[in-house]
Amino acid sequence: MKAFKYLSPKTVEEAIAFHGQHSETSKFIGGGTDVIVKLKEGWMEPDFLISLKKIEEMSELHKNEATQELSIGAMVTHATLEKSLMIQNDYPIIYDAVSNIGSLQVRNVGTIGGNLINAVPSADGAIPLIALDGVALLHGPDGERSCDVKDIFVAPYKTILKPGEILKKIAIPPQASNTGSAYIKFGRRAAMELPLIGIGVLLTLDETKEICIKARICLGVAAPVPMRAFGAEKLLVGKKINEEILIEAGKIAADESKVRDSVRGKAWHRKEMIRVHVRRIGLKCLEIIKNNS
Amino acid sequence: MATNISFILNGDEISYEVKDHWTLSHLLREEMGLIGTKEGCGNGECGACTVIVDKLAVNSCLYLAIEVEGKIVETIEGLASTSGALHPIQQSFVKNGGIQCGFCSPGMIMSSKALLDKNPDANHEEIKHALAGNICRCTGYVQILESVEAVKNMGGQNE
Ligand SMILES: Cc1cc2nc3c(=O)[nH]c(=O)nc-3n(C[C@H](O)[C@H](O)[C@H](O)COP(=O)(O)OP(=O)(O)OC[C@H]3O[C@@H](n4cnc5c(N)ncnc54)[C@H](O)[C@@H]3O)c2cc1C
Ligand code: FES
Ligand code: FES
Repeated sequence: MKAFKYLSPKTVEEAIAFHGQHSETSKFIGGGTDVIVKLKEGWMEPDFLISLKKIEEMSELHKNEATQELSIGAMVTHATLEKSLMIQNDYPIIYDAVSNIGSLQVRNVGTIGGNLINAVPSADGAIPLIALDGVALLHGPDGERSCDVKDIFVAPYKTILKPGEILKKIAIPPQASNTGSAYIKFGRRAAMELPLIGIGVLLTLDETKEICIKARICLGVAAPVPMRAFGAEKLLVGKKINEEILIEAGKIAADESKVRDSVRGKAWHRKEMIRVHVRRIGLKCLEIIKNNS
Repeated sequence: MATNISFILNGDEISYEVKDHWTLSHLLREEMGLIGTKEGCGNGECGACTVIVDKLAVNSCLYLAIEVEGKIVETIEGLASTSGALHPIQQSFVKNGGIQCGFCSPGMIMSSKALLDKNPDANHEEIKHALAGNICRCTGYVQILESVEAVKNMGGQNE
């Protein structure tokens, strides 16, 4: 590994300033589970590595009791999310996704922010945050701005972040009652493997618990960037929810996907798995709603 | 670029001048001669390099040495008592056939220790979840899982 100088700022402002001083030759590092592999392979050769680990506010995970907004600092690790009872109970879709990322050793250091900014099509962390209508708060040399988590991704390995910009946190708006959400990482095995396809579903029902009033169907590895199956979502909203309509939604989502053949799997197989799992995960959401009431 | 760091290694306070780009596995093995920690893949895939940092199992091949400043680091060398008696987890691996060639063992045992320190009654599923990042080419895993489960019946952990 090429030698570099390690900087460890204590505030976001300081981190941005360090980047400004060495903009061409510096890189941010979160947990480092992606960065260190790239440094070792020589795919990344910075002179300065700016660590975000010492910036306390970026590691905070809390729910505002008054507004019911959940705030996830970008430096919160997958293991912290996985172990949080609040996440397990109130945001099962996040738990489903982060608890099967890599191994425990990877989850103990890998962060949700690094997962998003690394921007691989298979990022498990992205799907639940998109399904929950997460909003990313960015801070850079020109100040703060925010965008939907979905809009962070431009292309594989490419995000809308400008040089020197940092993802500070993700805000999850309050969830309506009668909401259920779940995620499945479909692959040959859960641990230590990137998903063949990732499927996240969130459903909100009206007070009769029969009519769907909101639907999110989000897919990973189904396109160059994480995507929402808008057609399938549209089918469900306003309708009486049952297995038949979820089967229909699965078919539409599979058609909407832009899956491709790759070394890890064939396009037709991915489509089949979307079709099957939208139904299955949709039914799981309904069960969660039933159990919560 | 070198930086002086202080940390606790297997109970001892250490001060060491590390190069900023060293990984923790490099520091332990190549600089300090603590070769009990193994390096298999060097990329986070195999878990052979697992050590415990502030009670969490981490891959030392993907952890920068400079980042252990102020932290508590445990490696396989710290498990046996000063008189040489093996730690109950080590004893259990020996007794239950959890070790064949031994290359994965330091990592397996450190992952098991991180789990059992926190959750001495871990069930089969919890053990599997905690050890999923440790690859073994010899045992087929069954004896390893049995070794970890057997620790529970050995009168708990020492320390
Ligand atoms: C063995 C192994 C298995 C894995 N398995 C999975 C898996 O199953 N699913 C999965 O999704 N991923 C997996 N990963 C990938 C990786 O662990 C995750 O993407 C992780 O969440 C990355 O987070 P990090 O903090 O380690 O990122 P880092 O490596 O620190 O950073 C990643 C990138 O994001 C940038 N960055 C980090 N934080 C910020 C920030 N706050 N603001 C701006 N830029 C930032 C860095 O500059 C870098 O470009 C695996 C990795 C390994 C090594
Ligand atoms: S050597 Fe670190 S995980 Fe393989
Ligand atoms: S005992 Fe040989 S690799 Fe596990």
